[in-house]
Amino acid sequence: MPVPVVDLSLLAPEIALAVLATAILILGLIVPKGSRFGLSWLAIVGLAGVLGITLAGWENQGTLYEGLFIVDQYAIFFKITFLVAAFLVALGSQRYIERIGDQSEYYSVLLFAALGMLVMASAGDFITLYLGLELMTIAFIILVCFNRTSARSLEAGIKYILLAGMSSAVLLYGLSLVYGLSGSVLIPEVAQAVARHPSPALILGMVMLVAGLGFKISAVPFHMWAPDIYEGAPTPITAFLAAGSKAASFAILLRIFVAALPGVWAYWTTLVAILAAVTIIVGNLVAIPQTNIKRLLAYSSIAQAGYILVGLVTAEATGVKAVMFYAFLYVFATVGAFTVASCFYSVTGSDEIKDYAGLSQRSPFMAAVMVVCMLSMAGIPPLAGFVGKFYLFATVVNDYLWLVFIGLVMSMVSVYYYLKVTLVMYRDEPVDNTPIKLSGPVAVTLLITMAATLLIGICPGPLSEAVNAAANTFFLH
Amino acid sequence: MGEFPVLLTILLAPVAAALIMAFLPREEKLLIKCVAAAGTFTSMALAFYTYFTYDTGTGGVQFVQQIPWIKDLGVTFYLGVDGVSLPLMLLISILGFSAVFASWNVDHRPRDFFILLCLLITGVMGTFVTQDLFIFLLFYEMVVIPIYILIIIWGSTKRVTKEYAGMKLTIYLLIGSAFLLVGVVALFMKTAGILGAPDMSFAGLARAAKSLSQFDQIWMFAVMLFGFGSLISMWPFHSWSPDGYAGAPTAVSMIHAGVLKKIGGYGLIRIALYVLPVGAQFWAPVMAFLGVCGVVYAAMAALAQKDLKYIVGYSSVSHMGYVMLAVGSLSVIGLNGAIAYMFAHGIMAALFFSMIGFIYEKTHTRWVPDLGGLHRQIPKISAGFMLAALATLGLPGLISFIPEFTIFIAAFNKYGGLAVAAIAGVIVTALYALRAGAYALFGPPREEYDHLQDIKGPELVPLVVLGTVLVVGGLLPSLLFNVINCGTIPLMAEINAALQIGGKF
Repeated sequence: MPVPVVDLSLLAPEIALAVLATAILILGLIVPKGSRFGLSWLAIVGLAGVLGITLAGWENQGTLYEGLFIVDQYAIFFKITFLVAAFLVALGSQRYIERIGDQSEYYSVLLFAALGMLVMASAGDFITLYLGLELMTIAFIILVCFNRTSARSLEAGIKYILLAGMSSAVLLYGLSLVYGLSGSVLIPEVAQAVARHPSPALILGMVMLVAGLGFKISAVPFHMWAPDIYEGAPTPITAFLAAGSKAASFAILLRIFVAALPGVWAYWTTLVAILAAVTIIVGNLVAIPQTNIKRLLAYSSIAQAGYILVGLVTAEATGVKAVMFYAFLYVFATVGAFTVASCFYSVTGSDEIKDYAGLSQRSPFMAAVMVVCMLSMAGIPPLAGFVGKFYLFATVVNDYLWLVFIGLVMSMVSVYYYLKVTLVMYRDEPVDNTPIKLSGPVAVTLLITMAATLLIGICPGPLSEAVNAAANTFFLH
Repeated sequence: MGEFPVLLTILLAPVAAALIMAFLPREEKLLIKCVAAAGTFTSMALAFYTYFTYDTGTGGVQFVQQIPWIKDLGVTFYLGVDGVSLPLMLLISILGFSAVFASWNVDHRPRDFFILLCLLITGVMGTFVTQDLFIFLLFYEMVVIPIYILIIIWGSTKRVTKEYAGMKLTIYLLIGSAFLLVGVVALFMKTAGILGAPDMSFAGLARAAKSLSQFDQIWMFAVMLFGFGSLISMWPFHSWSPDGYAGAPTAVSMIHAGVLKKIGGYGLIRIALYVLPVGAQFWAPVMAFLGVCGVVYAAMAALAQKDLKYIVGYSSVSHMGYVMLAVGSLSVIGLNGAIAYMFAHGIMAALFFSMIGFIYEKTHTRWVPDLGGLHRQIPKISAGFMLAALATLGLPGLISFIPEFTIFIAAFNKYGGLAVAAIAGVIVTALYALRAGAYALFGPPREEYDHLQDIKGPELVPLVVLGTVLVVGGLLPSLLFNVINCGTIPLMAEINAALQIGGKF
């Protein structure tokens, strides 16, 4: 029996990340407790290295293990997105984590979560998909309740276990139905089987798939867990959960629905359009009365998921491209906003919006980053979100004009609650006048998020060309 | 192209000033103000240069600069001005410069104030110097945030709180722009399908839009009319305007009433009318009707106000009604009148608001019955105020008379009865403008205001600059109309040509 030749260079990012995560875990056992801070730098530099490897492999595409593992530019682009998110979160959370737990555990689990996302992006069959998804989810369960002394964090962890378990069960049941009817777990083979005879049971399987992944992207009506868990989890984890896990789930949703099930897709466009509209409306409206910054950002991230869903409505290259573009810029806006919140919490111990009074005087930089990130989510030019929304809504304007109306009007509604935060930060006088000092790495994180949000907004050309190329490879399979 | 990028410099001079200010220590108040003044002065000087070197013989878009921007959206960073945009670009540069001096006494966080003001000026400027729809939108929505922050920090709370005023204004404009965006996204996708490649320049869109179906043109024009209409405070979407101005600090009222509103009128002409002529023809009577409603309603409302800022706020709603009427006439004369009137109104509204700002700063009230006879105590402010009031009622010899007259001619040709109603509005205008002057300035002087200092030094700049333009523009209207003609005649020719092919109403 011939031994299949495997081009390991295609797997370089995954291998490097796995080695890095394991190394940090082991080193954590060896290095004495007091001097583990250096491990966080190892994780950060290592992540930058993995990011470099991934970028270097941009042209290196192929399929491994008879289609189980696909490395196309689509997957590589999403990997870059996850790694950027992980890098920014790792850089911005050193001090925060130092106070609540062990550096080596935190960073190795964070890296495993990122590894799960990388695997998801490349999954060519349902088993690999599920492996990646569970790796990510289990890592997140640990991270969500990482603050062992906080009842809220533990509560959030328990909730996340229950809901993640439930969504996995639903997803698995859906997958098993699809497998039973098509006789294969490989996505292209499933596609052929589906195209031959779409049956009601298959449709049921698909419904369950949507529901399972709907939990992960916190689309309405599967969004109930998000605000509680976002509020309870340590803030850097919330950022990673909102940015990374959501982007990864979108990567796999696109892979399944656009690539695997084109035959049934026609039944789904209207459903996805309605799902997107409801998610946008509920997310934005419920965000308005929130008084806690993390809950506000949680609801706004639900709304953001709705916007990204708009790109899924048209199963075409333009839609895929818009989703990729938006997911990328969304990472910066989300991580930026949450990093400000986590920094602010480290100093003041509060997540209440009213305590942000006078932040513009205590730390003009933090206030500016918050405003830029939030307005990017609202889609105000010249920030990145504007171009992103333009791409998203341009894809549906011909067939679903009502969705464009809802989306754009609601995004202007979202400006209302973002501006309320701005109002508190800029108008009100601070109760406590001491300036907030930022540590170097956090300042760099914030600077990167703000600069990227501005740059992509003012000059989206290069990114959109890269995304174009990547989206086209997606349709080659 | 080795030419000096004059439009880019006009656009970026205030940004450069803002950047310099960001690095100055916040205690250097005078230096900060000087930097802001220098930045806006550079813009204004170059805008005048552009205005007077624009070749009216050749016409068309001049001072062009193009940098490819976003390829797959067909966006070019396309700068260029023609007869339609040139007067408005000049207007914002004049107002920007005057607004800096009208805010010379801002002492609360002046660095933040002037940085935001300079960004605001750039945003407004950007909408007038670009020939690309995407860049236009970029600049247009960019102004919303500086305005909001300026109002909530430096605004004043009288009848409504400044937070309410700021939020109301922002939400109105954003909802309007959301509708506008729907129209733009749809227009973009449909024209990209027609042309085969996306193109966001006004000319490219207009060319492609000729093949749009009549229905598409009509609904797209409707959403744009709503978007631009709420920006120009078209009745019945005007209610943000008086509240917003009342809450805003002087400089914001000046720039907002003076030019920002005009982006609505400019957008209607440059984008809605030019790109979607068939839609325009369908909606023209509606525009004219709503315009006249605005003229009459807002003039009556102004009559009932006792707060100076509300009087001017309603008066500007009423005046924008004339612009809507003129645009609705769909004729060269009408468009000439609309653009010239927007310029004239910008100057006089800014003068009005800056003088009211000084009165409020010195007396701490804007309530007409409390002011008495200020003309003895602060004669220069009073002179400026009366100049603005007389221009508001369209006194011959001042800048607003000829444009107003032109609008009436155009409107009368097309809509006889409506024009009569609009002309009747002039009488009401005279009534409230003169009454405000009489009760605030020429009543019995009040003792408590005897010690007031009249404006002097830098505070005089808005009066001198705006007053000069007001008089010179009135005496030499050809300065304005020669340039505008170069823009409107070809514009109208294209519209008529498009209507000949597609229109069959």
